[in-house]
Amino acid sequence: MILLVLVNLMLLGLSRLRTCIRVVAIQGVMLGVLPLILNGWRPEPHLISFSLVIIGLKGIVFPAILIKLLRDLKEHREVEPFIGFGTSMAAGVVMLVVSLAFGAHLPLPGTAASSLVAPVAFFTIMTGLFLIISRKKALTQVLGYLVLENGISCFGAILVEKQPTQIELGILLDVFVAVFVMGIAIFHINREFDHIDTDKLTRLRT
Amino acid sequence: MILALLLIPTLAAVLSLLVRHDVLRRMILIIAVAGHTGVTLAAWIHEPAPLHNGWFALDKLGLLFLTITSILFLTCAFYAVGYLSGESRRKTSDAGDDTLFPNTPEAIFCACLNAFLATMTLVMVSHHFGVLWVAMEATTLATATLIYFHRNRHSLEATWKYLLICSVGIALALLGNYFLVIAASTSEKTAIILSDLVRQGHTLNAPWLKAAFLLFLVGYGVKMGLAPLHTWLPDAHSEAPSVISALLSGTLLNCAFLGILRSYQVCCAAELASFCQELFVIFGLLSMGWAAVYILGQPDYKRMLAYSSVEHIGILALGVGIGAGATFGAMLHAVNHSLVKVTLFLAAGNILAAYKTKTAANVKGLLSCIPATGVLWVAGFLAITGVPPFGIFLSEFTIVKAILDQGHMGVAIAFLGILALIFIGMAMTFLNMAQGRRSEELCINHKTDSILTIIPPASLGILSLMLGLYLPPMLSRLLHDAATAIGGF
Repeated sequence: MILLVLVNLMLLGLSRLRTCIRVVAIQGVMLGVLPLILNGWRPEPHLISFSLVIIGLKGIVFPAILIKLLRDLKEHREVEPFIGFGTSMAAGVVMLVVSLAFGAHLPLPGTAASSLVAPVAFFTIMTGLFLIISRKKALTQVLGYLVLENGISCFGAILVEKQPTQIELGILLDVFVAVFVMGIAIFHINREFDHIDTDKLTRLRT
Repeated sequence: MILALLLIPTLAAVLSLLVRHDVLRRMILIIAVAGHTGVTLAAWIHEPAPLHNGWFALDKLGLLFLTITSILFLTCAFYAVGYLSGESRRKTSDAGDDTLFPNTPEAIFCACLNAFLATMTLVMVSHHFGVLWVAMEATTLATATLIYFHRNRHSLEATWKYLLICSVGIALALLGNYFLVIAASTSEKTAIILSDLVRQGHTLNAPWLKAAFLLFLVGYGVKMGLAPLHTWLPDAHSEAPSVISALLSGTLLNCAFLGILRSYQVCCAAELASFCQELFVIFGLLSMGWAAVYILGQPDYKRMLAYSSVEHIGILALGVGIGAGATFGAMLHAVNHSLVKVTLFLAAGNILAAYKTKTAANVKGLLSCIPATGVLWVAGFLAITGVPPFGIFLSEFTIVKAILDQGHMGVAIAFLGILALIFIGMAMTFLNMAQGRRSEELCINHKTDSILTIIPPASLGILSLMLGLYLPPMLSRLLHDAATAIGGF
């Protein structure tokens, strides 16, 4: 749990895109292990196979797609934020406090899960949204989307006993296709415009 | 039967990727959609049995939206065949730009069109909120490729905005799903299936359910185009090919609306209806007002139609929010708006093909240059602004009457005031485009009026006119049943 918080703060402060992708991959692996931890390391086959699928997708496949894209881009590989790294970190701390307060107000009924899960999930969701709005590059927006999705699936990890596995797999499939389609879109943006700065995508107004 | 509804378009999507011949592929599209419509109409007579422990079922609300979708898809499929055969021959140049650009390969386009129908059908028939979410995200992904049909910078920008904004929005709805699971965790059955949740409504945990509804409203509201969450909508609608704009406006927005209504059904069962209704009214009026501001003086006629969709989405939300008789009005309005908006977007497609511009000021003399489209354009304008005897007049009248019955004077005045503003804004643009002298330099291509580009929108327009004059008892009963399911009558 604490590790997840640290990972989020790291993401807000990192400047190299490649490292960012790696960090998101690490977060994905942690999420894959999370359902196992929350259910007390019981070796049930469906839990373990589910974890393996998450680790495979979020830890290996998504980063591989993004790294491949990064290699195809011609230009420099910095994050280029609208909001500076120091300010981002400060905003991160504020978001952490807010989500802790929020988590305290909405207690999970009837689950014996760690009391930190809900606040950390909120914090990860907010980090994801913050990354989407504060970074210029289309690629970092995809990273933000992944972090957001990771935060939401923290909740999923608490409820893994209650949700049928087919649904979870359907969600993962959708996210996979989404990342894939976004990857194709970025590839086209890069070819069309010779850059992937979304702040220059402003031809369509009112 | 439900299985057939899902399998027909899915198989057609796979087939379109495999088939190499253009004409054969278009045939597959038409046959698949016609088959889909046939099965849908059969479902009117014989109610299909639920599948897989009630995960998939077709209730009255779903049947209503499914029928709209299927019929509109059928007409749009005919139009699309005409459009594709005109489009495939040349590399198109963009309106206003001199750059040439290729189109998306037709196989992918047809496959995505079929996949779009399949995923929307899945939204309509799924009663499990998890499946509903998966289907909703799938519609986003299927349509992203369709919007990027003309491979140029504008449509790319629109596609990126659509993809990112909708995906993030729908991700929030996923959070809503988890909250719903938590809200239901006190009862013994924990699967989030609509019928189970409605049956044990009072045992649900109220704070979590409220949070879940908010997330559904914001999440699916992004996709539905409720202001201020509608930012992707005008771009996507104006840059996509007109057939796709028509389908987005006439079917996809309803689809997202259905997602919100499903969660509203659960809230009604848990006696939280008044909390939700307030939100519906606020978002509804906000969308209408926001749209009115952008419609006044809008230079681009396709964007004007897009903002008009935001307005009508607002009316739908308002109708459900007012409740009672207005819910019936909202259901009728959903039918009428879809019919008329598709007519207008298809007519806009003809205008774009003839004049090669989306700027309203550069279009003059529609009635003399391309008369059939011109008549459709004027009739569509009268229908969309709620002039009697068109169907939209009837549905808007029902909603206003219900508002007044409940004594919300302020809401009624705002509603009528905004409608008047929008009428003025649209009248200036539409009538200027329709009238005027025929000029050869503006109207580049006179031959855009053909059977495939006129009959589909005209038939929908006539259907909407008929609904304004006479409401068949069968449809009326279905609308009442659907309204009863969401707490009205």
